[in-house]
Amino acid sequence: MEHVVEMLNITKAFPGIIANDDISIQLRKGEILALLGENGAGKSTLMSILFGLYTPDAGRILVRGKEIQIANPNVANELGIGMVHQHFKLVHNFTVTENIILGMEPKKGPFLQTRDAAEKIRQLSKHYGLNVDPDAKIEDVSVGMQQRVEILKMLYRDAEVLIFDEPTAVLTPQEIIDLMKIMRNLIKEGKSIILITHKLKEIKEIADRCTVIRRGKVIGTVDVEATTSAQMAEMMVGRQVSFTVDKPDQAAGEVVLELKDLRVQSSRKTEAVKGFSLQVRSGEILGLAGVDGNGQTELVEALTGLRKVESGSILFKGKDVTNLSILHRIREGMAHIPEDRQKRGLVLDYTMEENMVLEIYGLPPFAKYGFLNKPEIRKYAEKLMNDFDVRAGEGPLAMARSLSGGNQQKAIVGREVAHDPDLLIAVQPTRGLDVGSIEYIHKRLVEQRNNGKAVLLVSLELDEIMDLSDRIAVISHGELTGIKMPKETNEAEIGLMMAGVSEGAQA
Amino acid sequence: MNRSRDIFTALMAVFLGLVAGAIFMALSGANPFAGFYYMFRGGLMNIERIGNTLATATTLVLTGLSVAFAFRTGLFNIGAAGQMLIGGLVATMMALSNNGALPKFLFIPLVLICAMLGGALWAAIAGFLKARFNVHEVVATIMTNWLAFWIVYYVIPAYFKGKLETESARIPFESSMKLDWLTNLFNGSYINFGVFVALAATAVIAVILNKTVLGYELKAVGFNRHAAEYAGINVSRNVTLAMAISGALAGLAGATYYIGYAVNMQIGILPTAGFDGIAVALLGANSPWGVLASALFFGLLHSGKGFMNAMTKIPPQIGDTIIATIIYFAATSILFVRLYDFLKKKLKKEVKA
Ligand SMILES: Nc1ncnc2c1ncn2[C@@H]1O[C@H](COP(=O)(O)OP(=O)(O)OP(=O)(O)O)[C@@H](O)[C@H]1O
Ligand SMILES: [Mg+2]
Repeated sequence: MEHVVEMLNITKAFPGIIANDDISIQLRKGEILALLGENGAGKSTLMSILFGLYTPDAGRILVRGKEIQIANPNVANELGIGMVHQHFKLVHNFTVTENIILGMEPKKGPFLQTRDAAEKIRQLSKHYGLNVDPDAKIEDVSVGMQQRVEILKMLYRDAEVLIFDEPTAVLTPQEIIDLMKIMRNLIKEGKSIILITHKLKEIKEIADRCTVIRRGKVIGTVDVEATTSAQMAEMMVGRQVSFTVDKPDQAAGEVVLELKDLRVQSSRKTEAVKGFSLQVRSGEILGLAGVDGNGQTELVEALTGLRKVESGSILFKGKDVTNLSILHRIREGMAHIPEDRQKRGLVLDYTMEENMVLEIYGLPPFAKYGFLNKPEIRKYAEKLMNDFDVRAGEGPLAMARSLSGGNQQKAIVGREVAHDPDLLIAVQPTRGLDVGSIEYIHKRLVEQRNNGKAVLLVSLELDEIMDLSDRIAVISHGELTGIKMPKETNEAEIGLMMAGVSEGAQA
Repeated sequence: MNRSRDIFTALMAVFLGLVAGAIFMALSGANPFAGFYYMFRGGLMNIERIGNTLATATTLVLTGLSVAFAFRTGLFNIGAAGQMLIGGLVATMMALSNNGALPKFLFIPLVLICAMLGGALWAAIAGFLKARFNVHEVVATIMTNWLAFWIVYYVIPAYFKGKLETESARIPFESSMKLDWLTNLFNGSYINFGVFVALAATAVIAVILNKTVLGYELKAVGFNRHAAEYAGINVSRNVTLAMAISGALAGLAGATYYIGYAVNMQIGILPTAGFDGIAVALLGANSPWGVLASALFFGLLHSGKGFMNAMTKIPPQIGDTIIATIIYFAATSILFVRLYDFLKKKLKKEVKA
């Protein structure tokens, strides 16, 4: 069997943690190899080594049978290795073409020669069914499109080995289907792919083999066809994982949050939320389903005080909070797991302990007479990180930036749940988490509900909404299309409602 | 963040700056060893010169802290010069109006407070413009620098004229920052009460940044204003406040400079110490104690270069060249960071083996 890439006995240590411990993986030509592993298992690190971003402490890399040192990403490019990162690296006010040729600009004398490049991009895009407009500005295109630009960037550099680090975490269900198609096209053209994902469904659907990593070590490599999702999950976590949520029946209590005819503008000054009314009660999880970009972001920002309300009102525990400050709402008992963990949820250049008290640093026992009480903060952070299994090399002293994506997410969820809020607004709470962590986070959300708190769950994952919600509200184009009980509906109906077909119309 | 790495970086920058200086001295036909010998002698040769070095460093500590504090809170304050002018103007006006009405031990604290307020308010203009209208603080502080320049240009000749049109009247000793016992201790040098102000400011800023709720908020806004906003921190207020504190430090620098170090206030000059503060902050890795150390070093270069020039044929610009080279190397410190990591790793491996 011909291997395009072999990474043999790779070891890489960071302060306090061995991210890769004698890992070997082999990528065959023309296959999709999935990398599966818990949050912080070392997948991104391993791929960063292959892409030349980190040098390994030990181990060898063979590309097409030849041993090679990959000192930096340029070497990787020359070897035909490309990577789409967990967080994209695009220049926002550049066009697609400008982004793609960045670093290898075609020149005629001193002048930039973009026309031929744009033409090549157009052809590549057509060939692989990417549907990208070379002249569009990055800031104007969707996240899914940005990802396809990243793919084009690799193809433009004639990459033969394509690395995808959690490509689907940021995509809508439809975009995921498109991506799968693109990947199949790539394989047909003889490319080889390494795919990191936490979604077993995707691995089952598209990967040929799957290498499972746990705590920096390879547990094994399996043939995907011959292995069930449950088996892979067990290999990865080391125990059986339950994919369903136990939720005792329980009557909802009084209204905690009430939205009346809420109108909110988007950043582009168009109306994003158009007269939205909704009630969330104590002791229930209300799931808000919708296609990405239908006003969920603006709605949540208005609720938490991050965005101005144009008209309408927000009642929280019977009190009008429409014009209250963010801090006020937090102190009143609102908590928010934000959509974008790196933009809103964390100060990446703060340590974990500093991040764990992000909203309560000024309250006793963490502060006294204006001075921070570091020992108390550390104790608190240690406990939270323990409870929520947040893994970091240097524990509470680790920089937030150094944590793996999933561990960053767990830290935020832990911090917000720990406030024991009357209303928890959870936006994509399990984005980027491994199945074991998802199980745990779901349990904690249900626990909040069982304790008589209200939870507003905003998610693009229909599975998550169906499993957790007591009631499902569907939003489309900033309007409420309807409310359903999960037992009385199915994914197909919710899907129709997400597309804007209201209840009455289909009955 | 990584203290030993920052110190290593700073020392490397200083070392390479001195090497570059030596090369320039050699090129200008002088003996570099003699050059450095006289430069350090010029700064440290006797108690009076040491006093002068400390007095020069005093201003640099304060402007360095001003820039560093702004940096740590995500702002680039290049307006320290203007804020210094305003602080200095306030101090000069008060010193020339006191006429012995207030005894020194009451007058100096009062001047310091007023100069601090003056600098703070002046810088708060830029902070407010940034918070409210998203005007970049670099643009705003350049503007306020020249505004301060022209205010001084008109106010001093109009109301506080000295012998010349271009300067204020002489600051009487009763209302100057110079202290009898201190001046005597250092044989009549420029050293003044400002030296204690600088030390105290260093300690206070270190505490604010590292130990207080205020510092936590200000730094959070500086690192990631979106996350700070999410956490309920009032971003606009904190941006203005951060600029104000930064300006207060520059205002202090102005007071200690114009009624301590100098004997009167000259018009038509933006004090270079305001801009040197950027270099001081850079070399000090924006940490208060680092700023203190780097200001002392720059103070030494500044006060020694004249003596070097007098004793050798080396032009005093060599001193500035050294400073410029150091700034250059401090700014490209990423190279040293790499070197440091490399050496550390190698050392570790050897220890293990
Ligand atoms: N630059 C760094 N400095 C220090 N520690 C790091 C750094 N990068 C990664 N780590 C640590 O190495 C471990 C592996 O991280 P990595 O990002 O490879 O995990 P991952 O498998 O990609 O996880 P996830 O699924 O959550 O993205 C983590 O514990 C992380 O904290
Ligand atoms: Mg990762």
